[in-house]
Amino acid sequence: MNQPDAPSSSCVAIAAQSAPTASVGDASGSVGVVQPSFITFNNPLPLTSGQVLPSYELAVETYGTLNEQRSNAVLVCHALNASHHVAGVYEGQAKSEGWWDNMVGPGKALDTDRFFVIGVNNLGSCFGSTGPASLRPGTERPWGADFPVVTVEDWVQAQARLADHFGIEKFAAVMGGSLGGMQAMCWAIDHPERVGHCIVVASTARLSAQNIAFNEVARRAIISDPDFHGGHYYEHGVVPRHGLSVARMIGHITYLSDDDMAVKFGRTQRAPAENGEFHYGYGVEFEVESYLRYQGEKFSTYFDANTYLLITRALDYFDPARRHGGDLARALQVAQAKFLLVSFTTDWRFPPVRSREIVQALLKNQRPVSYAEIDAPHGHDAFLLEDRRYHAVVQGYYDQIALDLGLPARQRVTGVLAS
Amino acid sequence: MSKRIHRYAAPEAQVERGRLRSDLERIANWVEPGSRVLDLGCGDGSLLAYLRDHKDVDGVGVEVDDERVIASVRQGVHVIQQNLEEGLALFDDQQFDIVILSQTLQAMLHTEHILSEMARVAKYGIVSFPNFGYWPHGFSILRGRMPVTGQMPYQWYDTPNIHLCTLRDFENLAASMNLRITHRVAFNGAREIGFLPGWRSTLAAYRFASPHGVR
Repeated sequence: MNQPDAPSSSCVAIAAQSAPTASVGDASGSVGVVQPSFITFNNPLPLTSGQVLPSYELAVETYGTLNEQRSNAVLVCHALNASHHVAGVYEGQAKSEGWWDNMVGPGKALDTDRFFVIGVNNLGSCFGSTGPASLRPGTERPWGADFPVVTVEDWVQAQARLADHFGIEKFAAVMGGSLGGMQAMCWAIDHPERVGHCIVVASTARLSAQNIAFNEVARRAIISDPDFHGGHYYEHGVVPRHGLSVARMIGHITYLSDDDMAVKFGRTQRAPAENGEFHYGYGVEFEVESYLRYQGEKFSTYFDANTYLLITRALDYFDPARRHGGDLARALQVAQAKFLLVSFTTDWRFPPVRSREIVQALLKNQRPVSYAEIDAPHGHDAFLLEDRRYHAVVQGYYDQIALDLGLPARQRVTGVLAS
Repeated sequence: MSKRIHRYAAPEAQVERGRLRSDLERIANWVEPGSRVLDLGCGDGSLLAYLRDHKDVDGVGVEVDDERVIASVRQGVHVIQQNLEEGLALFDDQQFDIVILSQTLQAMLHTEHILSEMARVAKYGIVSFPNFGYWPHGFSILRGRMPVTGQMPYQWYDTPNIHLCTLRDFENLAASMNLRITHRVAFNGAREIGFLPGWRSTLAAYRFASPHGVR
């Protein structure tokens, strides 16, 4: 979930309507320059909480071409702090690669030469889709704390309407990592006939008490910031920067493995006193402190605090087995998709055992499932990184999907698996 | 004996010159069309791909090695990455019609445990293993050396084969575990051995019925 910086269409500002376009990809396997589009839905959306969202807008990017049969569409769902900007770059902006640019592109594991890929920013987020920072209809004020709590199920419902908008009856695959994986699973349960394959990476069917505890500490950091103003900080012209920064620092720790941190930072001192001595104070002493503070502060300049609360809550609430007496197999009984699960051995946020629970439930239901447990050192973050084995599994799986659907054969291999 | 090594495929390769290895093809004959198969140590997935393509079999493989998992996925075989020594807890009782353990038993730490797990998850089991009773092995031991042959091309110090047995050894263990042997076939290379298989075969395969299965 330690995704690259947010797209520049930042929180409140919404760019003009534009058709999704992507320039022809080059040998590097990039989809090239992309633009988001914004799709308005005036049909009220009933939410799990009982509230209704009267109207909303979704920020969307697409890559590749939807075929005539509309059979080659893949929906990519994002995790905590990412967006619809999955792949490609923005015109004239350095370092504006999408958050899963290493996975999605012409010749990459999810090959846009053959698949039509949709990235969508979820409701309640702050990168272009309707969220707490958007103006509340019929008022001149942002929703702020009054924006309804939304769940993974609500996101999926909104995404289903997006699929309708594109005339896509059934996705070749719905894919996501972490919280995105939860959405993919939710798709397979809530719209079983609309998902061919469900690809769930570094995810879980429910948060553990420890996961919820970390989320709660993050939320308390935000809520107890004097600049939070009960969530209506926009009106006060401030943002709870300190709280949001601490929330991000906490989250960040859970994305990395102990080993990874040891390698990256160890006990290296940032700017030692004379003769390598400590400063014996509470300023930045160690590299890891400096790194976390930097990450926190950077995050607090582009992410919306209300969105952070909302998304961590959506994580907490997700538990499809809950309505089935805690029996995940029963919750997944309706699924018709085939599944690929991937976990990473050093991920202690959503460790392999969480994925194995899902695999076990699917096997119990005699659902076709493949499962790769990648021995990678990078903790939860590994799902965004360039492990060759991980990408080879995903590539192999998509190539089989293409074969089953009668899509053309792969023309090139680019990105992580090139050469 | 060193010449012989090259006459056999390494135990890992499931496909030789575009054809499924002969022992695997024979094992495949014991699988009913349309049955649900679990292949433990499924390698690159060739056996399951063969069963899918020729017998309409709905299969799942278990494999620990990264590259073989990738190869299985590339063949469109459903594969679960897991170390077999950790047991088969992911699988329910009697979830499969047949479970296959091909040339892996001899390398397992917990031999009885994996056999009882196989009997738990499927109605029938198939195991194949190199026959330690193959007569040149005895000859080699008489000459004071551990045997090194095609099915067991390893030196004593680097062999993964920690639980070697003869045909009769296996049959005794199966009997003690109430695994009813329904079929047996023995090979020397690609050739089936009917006469004195305990001495003359390098590889044996058994099909057994689980005591938990429906007879």
